Amino acid sequence: MGAPLIQAASPGPIRLVNLTLGYDRRPAVHHLEGEIRPGAALAVCGPNGAGKSTLLKALAGLLAPLGGRVDRGGSAARDIAYLPQLVEVDRSFPINLRDFIAMGSMCRVGLFGRVGAKERARVAQAIARVGLSGMEDRPIDTLSGGQMQRVLFARLIVQDQRVILLDEPFGAIDESTTEDLLALIAEWRTEGRTVVAVLHELDLARRAFPEAMLLARECIAWGETRATLCAANLARARAMSEAHDRQARECLRDEEGQHVH
Amino acid sequence: MFTETFIAPFADYEFMRRALVGSIALALSGAPLGVFLILRRMSLAGDALSHAVLPGAAVGYLVAGLSLPAMTFGGLVAGLLVALATGAASRLTTLREDASLAAFYLVSLALGVTLVSLKGSSVDLLHVLFGSVFGLDDAALYMLAGVSTVTLAALAVFYRALVMDTLDPLFLRQTSALGEFIPFLFLGLVVLNLVAGFQALGTLMAVGLIMLPAAAARLWTHELSIALPLAAAVAVVCVYAGLIFSNETGAPTGPAIILAAGLVYFVSLVFGRAGGALRLRRPRRHLEG
Repeated sequence: MGAPLIQAASPGPIRLVNLTLGYDRRPAVHHLEGEIRPGAALAVCGPNGAGKSTLLKALAGLLAPLGGRVDRGGSAARDIAYLPQLVEVDRSFPINLRDFIAMGSMCRVGLFGRVGAKERARVAQAIARVGLSGMEDRPIDTLSGGQMQRVLFARLIVQDQRVILLDEPFGAIDESTTEDLLALIAEWRTEGRTVVAVLHELDLARRAFPEAMLLARECIAWGETRATLCAANLARARAMSEAHDRQARECLRDEEGQHVH
Repeated sequence: MFTETFIAPFADYEFMRRALVGSIALALSGAPLGVFLILRRMSLAGDALSHAVLPGAAVGYLVAGLSLPAMTFGGLVAGLLVALATGAASRLTTLREDASLAAFYLVSLALGVTLVSLKGSSVDLLHVLFGSVFGLDDAALYMLAGVSTVTLAALAVFYRALVMDTLDPLFLRQTSALGEFIPFLFLGLVVLNLVAGFQALGTLMAVGLIMLPAAAARLWTHELSIALPLAAAVAVVCVYAGLIFSNETGAPTGPAIILAAGLVYFVSLVFGRAGGALRLRRPRRHLEG
């Protein structure tokens, strides 16, 4: 699809500083420390309830940390493209595929600006890239699950952000769609974009993502994918209990001793 | 005969002309709001909010008598309070939004009925609940026209935001600072129209003019850009038909208008081209591919 469309911006790393996330004081992600460098392709793996989706929400700016912080290297949370897991899209809403994908233009035209010829060209290009040309006028409630996932990826293309967060992008879609979307992710990497994806299938992570984080509320390992997802680490991750400890005391791991979560 | 029934009432009587103008203003802004209420699955929220307006209007009535500005202001405050309290409660507590709204509007309604019956007579209560479109003075007309103008302008300006907030609220919240504010703006517009409608049709009937034409329009088209003006057009026709019916039979105007809208709705339910019963039961022949 021609030259990369990336907007000019100075990419700094995303730094997680002693990051604790959770709901109702219960930590879902505990004291996470590390750095996602620009252009990284990071797979976030771990058992159910490990805090993977919670981490992505925090990176997208949708969840305030209980402790610590996310340093986005000077760019705003709004400049991150985020594909949530159970997409909150109301599929019964009467809107066609083209208009839906054009939502991605909002970061440039805003809520009130005109969607001009340039933006419409971007939308058309994105639709072609995900292989949905000719279906522009179809209402979204007539699409299959795989087609809807392609539509959501097309919206990510139109958003054209430097950092892209994907929460289980390959859940419940067939192999050929998965392959097409993986090719798209590879393309994003050659364009220098940062991709962080929550993945359930470890084979996919090993195949397409050079870097992985194994999360089980605590960070078990973070580094080169094969080393991170080794049998010993996976066993440690599985041992993590999903149940909350009813008697859990306040965490005093931070020196201040004040910090309650 | 035709002129006598359909034109003469408006040509001869000023109060009929006023009723027509005021109700049309409300129809034009309320019906498109109804389309959004349906899309947001908030059809019953409109009904709940219409009850919530009552205690405010009652307080206005107790303080200033049958004064439109006082009752309107009171109703507006009460409606917005319930809308805000519902939003806050669903955010800060484990209770879902529908449960919070039900709780707040029921308390609000009970308070309203208590206030009205403490001082007023049951005739006053009926007037507040069911309105009287024939009592529209200049102030009421200006208010109805003003509310209609403000609502349509806000719908035009925030159209994209409203669509996105209905379709994919998480996306809007993540990409725009305005995302958090849009649901409140929308509820505010609904309350504004309910309050404006309460003088003309009564609190309980105003919501009917918002919802019924919208529901009917949805049964005829899948296109939002057609459903919005169609709903408004249906509402205007119902207002006219209701006023004629009321003039002929002496039925109260609010219910007459809503019954006309109900008739259109039932017809759409059976014959609607986009989801009506007949179309779903007997689909056209399937295509080759």
